[in-house]
Amino acid sequence: MQFMLLFSRQGKLRLQKWYVPLADAQKKKISREVIQMVLARKPKMCSFLEWRDLKIVYKRYASLYFCCAVEDQENELITLEIIHRYVELLDKYFGSVCELDIIFNFEKAYYILDEFILGGEAQETSKKNVLKAIEQADMLQEEAETPRSVLEEIGLT
Amino acid sequence: MPAVSKGDGMRGLAVFISDIRNCKSKEAEIKRINKELANIRSKFKGDKALDGYSKKKYVCKLLFIFLLGHDIDFGHMEAVNLLSSNKYTEKQIGYLFISVLVNSNSELIRLINNAIKNDLSSRNPTFMCLALHCIANVGSREMAEAFAGEIPRILVAGDTMDSVKQSAALCLLRLYKTSPDLVLMGEWTSRVVHLLNDQHMGVVTAAISLITCLSQKNPDEFKTCVSLAVSRLSRDYTYYFVPAPWLSCKLLRLLQCYPPPEDGAVKGRLVECLETILNKAQEPPKSKKVQHSNAKNAILFEAISLIIHYDSEPNLLVRACNQLGQFLQHRETNLRYLALESMCTLASSEFSHEAVKTHIETVINALKTERDVSVRQRAADLLYAMCDRSNAKQIVAEMLSYLETADYSIREEMVLKVAILAEKYAVDYSWYVDTILNLIRIAGDYVSEEVWYRVIQIVINRDDVQGYAAKTVFEALQAPACHENMVKVGGYILGEFGNLIAGDPRSSPLVQFNLLHSKFHLCSVPTRALLLSAYIKFINLFPETKSTIQEVLRSDSQIRNSDVELQQRAVEYLKLSSIASTDVLATVLEEMPPFPERESSILAKLKKKKGPGAVSVNELEEGKREGGELNGGGERGADNSNMAASNASTPSPSADLLGLRAGPPVNAAAPSAGSLLVDVFSEAGANDDGFLRDLEPPTESSDSLLAEGPGDSDSAPPSVVSEDPAAPLPESNELLNKFVCKNNGVLFENQLLQIGIKSEYRQNLGRMYLFYGNKTSVQFLTFTTTVTCPGELQSHILFMCTFKKLNVQAKPVEPLIEGGAQVQQVINIECLGDFCDAPLLNIKFRYGGALQNFSLKLPVTINKFFQPTEMASNDFFQRWKQLSQPQQEAQKIFKASHGMDTEVIKAKLLGLGMALLENVDPNPENFVCAGVIQTKAQQVGSLLRLEPNSQAQMYRLTVRSSKDTVSQRLCELLAEQF
Repeated sequence: MQFMLLFSRQGKLRLQKWYVPLADAQKKKISREVIQMVLARKPKMCSFLEWRDLKIVYKRYASLYFCCAVEDQENELITLEIIHRYVELLDKYFGSVCELDIIFNFEKAYYILDEFILGGEAQETSKKNVLKAIEQADMLQEEAETPRSVLEEIGLT
Repeated sequence: MPAVSKGDGMRGLAVFISDIRNCKSKEAEIKRINKELANIRSKFKGDKALDGYSKKKYVCKLLFIFLLGHDIDFGHMEAVNLLSSNKYTEKQIGYLFISVLVNSNSELIRLINNAIKNDLSSRNPTFMCLALHCIANVGSREMAEAFAGEIPRILVAGDTMDSVKQSAALCLLRLYKTSPDLVLMGEWTSRVVHLLNDQHMGVVTAAISLITCLSQKNPDEFKTCVSLAVSRLSRDYTYYFVPAPWLSCKLLRLLQCYPPPEDGAVKGRLVECLETILNKAQEPPKSKKVQHSNAKNAILFEAISLIIHYDSEPNLLVRACNQLGQFLQHRETNLRYLALESMCTLASSEFSHEAVKTHIETVINALKTERDVSVRQRAADLLYAMCDRSNAKQIVAEMLSYLETADYSIREEMVLKVAILAEKYAVDYSWYVDTILNLIRIAGDYVSEEVWYRVIQIVINRDDVQGYAAKTVFEALQAPACHENMVKVGGYILGEFGNLIAGDPRSSPLVQFNLLHSKFHLCSVPTRALLLSAYIKFINLFPETKSTIQEVLRSDSQIRNSDVELQQRAVEYLKLSSIASTDVLATVLEEMPPFPERESSILAKLKKKKGPGAVSVNELEEGKREGGELNGGGERGADNSNMAASNASTPSPSADLLGLRAGPPVNAAAPSAGSLLVDVFSEAGANDDGFLRDLEPPTESSDSLLAEGPGDSDSAPPSVVSEDPAAPLPESNELLNKFVCKNNGVLFENQLLQIGIKSEYRQNLGRMYLFYGNKTSVQFLTFTTTVTCPGELQSHILFMCTFKKLNVQAKPVEPLIEGGAQVQQVINIECLGDFCDAPLLNIKFRYGGALQNFSLKLPVTINKFFQPTEMASNDFFQRWKQLSQPQQEAQKIFKASHGMDTEVIKAKLLGLGMALLENVDPNPENFVCAGVIQTKAQQVGSLLRLEPNSQAQMYRLTVRSSKDTVSQRLCELLAEQF
């Protein structure tokens, strides 16, 4: 996989993960192009598109589009299921995930993705194992936190 | 703000995100962000040391701002500080920031690598995974240098946790992809392969990706993975009935790196697995969820890919085809799309071609009724792939009718495909002519030059279709509004073969002329130029039209036309028609001779066009092979007698011209759009259209046009010619390309002889030393060499066009070379004008009684006469703009065939002979060069720009020069160098 993009129906990018080195300007250009292309498609159309020498595989979940660019020889259906598995992971972790969860906890969305896919390849396909890893990290987090005052929290001190 | 906030919760961050979301306008958002950036900057700079939590919060805010699309140029140091924190969440945010905002500051990289090193050796699996994720996310060369040695050790160590192994495998894969030279598996190979046997499914899943990639590069070292993969596949898929779709797909993919297993038992097991997968596809679904069917079918499609890859099991291939046939009518669009795509490859297998053909009606229906253009595109591809002589007429007719409503994005490709099919499977050439003229009628705008060149090429080469072609274009031109391409074809064909229909009073010479001339004023300059040439040909064909045509040529709108080309043609043709005798006219304006056989330029174009939806090159090669067989061997119902008849009627071009089985194509590389002209009209040089150029006298000597006699032959003085020199060796183009950017080296070597070269060039002169080394212990007798200038320099049909471009004189060479000895030959070269073809060197000698006779191309290319020109940025761009006429520019986009190392590229460009200009192009990645080619007749200024795209491993090369032929030639030469 070369990159994964999550974006809203309005074309707002919510998460981007690049598995090939690209300059920022190029990333922006590609995101714009791909988002525009995918948003232009009608609901019943197929989930695969040829784009440059890659394949775009996308699926819409509620207001969010999940979109992957994979190499030419890659299996389209399994890529669709990678997307679905990621959605399931988000859903399990956040509990009925919605777009807002991903906006406000973007760093978590990235952590979960890293546990699931690394360097563009599926690393751990078991839902249970991925969530276990994330929850362990959360435990470490809670132990580490010390309570702080409300004022400090909202940055007024 | 949503209630959910697991784990920690950085309230400040959440407040900030809410603020941003509440912004009513873009301006408000930017204002809020700038305020926040100022705040964070002051916190980072402030005297008060920040605690870990605040640092984490601010770094996270910066990350959020960056992800919104704003530039962030600070905070890296704070993020690096977080890396060394003992608190997991701080470390985690630090790593995330570093992964997303990679920075090339070397000091930072040192610090980051240090932190990673600490975490890797911490033996805390969570920390180790974080560090590995970071390496995999960044994947830079510096990281490869620092960790490529360490990670394999972690991967195979017995005490490494499973989760760490998984990360290590994929981390290594990423490093291997960016810096394959730094990742050396060596001693680890066998242990890595054995990860396929690991108990932990996740470890296997991750490891397969790594092994697959390594196998593609070093198949031999990893070939033990085949049997392991087969046993894993049968274990995981068939026996336990564990649906492990990711794993199964990856295993099937890995097997596609190898040929079918040689071991009978392994192969038997694999075939059994593949059969099971095909069987399962027939079973009723175990769940209604789309995920279930997707997972099942993902494996099925991967298995079919493997079956196609093996292409050796007829039974499986036919079963696969039947299965895909069912999907063609499935209600899921995705499955229909994939079935069409997959069938396309099945169509090229001899075992399943017939089975694919049975679905023709369904596919045609898909082309007509699918609502999604990408699915229609697949259907068109499949029709193209399944086409053979038996169904060509039906498929071409369907594609033509689809073309009328086809989406603009795919029309050009459709046109090319129709043109190729029509040509490839043409039994009767009137059908071919009809089809192409229909193409021009329906989609004239999308008919590229190659297509109409090709129809002319074929008509010229086959005299059985010329009369029909003339009649048909004449009729087509009757339409009140016809496409300009139609006018071009019409002009050319009537100019050559109008006499074949002139007997009919309805198409008498004057009627033909008036018809053509009625289109004249609506056409562009190049078309009008072509028509002028058709007119002069008319004067030869039909003397009765002479006065009418001279009248037209003499009119102010021609003879005083503001366009130089038109004016010159009008003047010259008028003069030619008034002073030349009919004999001279008949010689000058003789019918075009047959074109040499070569690969279809259209096919070359389609191959090159790797745009969306283009059929893969492989597939076309397949088609090509098949086409050759069909047209040549005529096994599948080819109309042999017809072909034989047409062969007999045209002496030189055999059916192969159409069968695309042309021997080694002269332009082995896919020619650029511009050089396709060379392809089609090769003998005429790459000027505008050769048809016209052939008529055109050399500009330098236009007044002596008729004085120049045919005896004025201009071949270079040959030394001795006894037997006919052999045609150049097939590899001679490649050898020539080797010397474009260098002057010295070994030109050629076989078991007997080695030829070394040293050469030097100054201005328009060159001297070349050839060293012939006898590698045997036996004498070479009657050793003779001959240097000739081929192609456009000699073999012109119209003698007036020939004028010398290159003067090559070879000093005689010793006729005897002792065993183990070397003799030297000096060749003097003078460049008179710009040229394309290299001189040929023919070598003959007797070795132990047998005559050796072969030819090579001497590496003399136009760039050898470059004088570098230094210039400043302003000058460069000013000159660049001055050379803005479309024909002055030649451009090529091509895939890198070597590494894209900047220094190597620079060295090659310098070797080319131009000046490499620094600090001219605003993009430092690009290269620009300038130089002047020195010929005796003129100087040709040339500018070059090379834009590498290391991401796509592609280059775009643009050459502009004051002569179009030079731009084309340089572009062709250089495209082979990188």
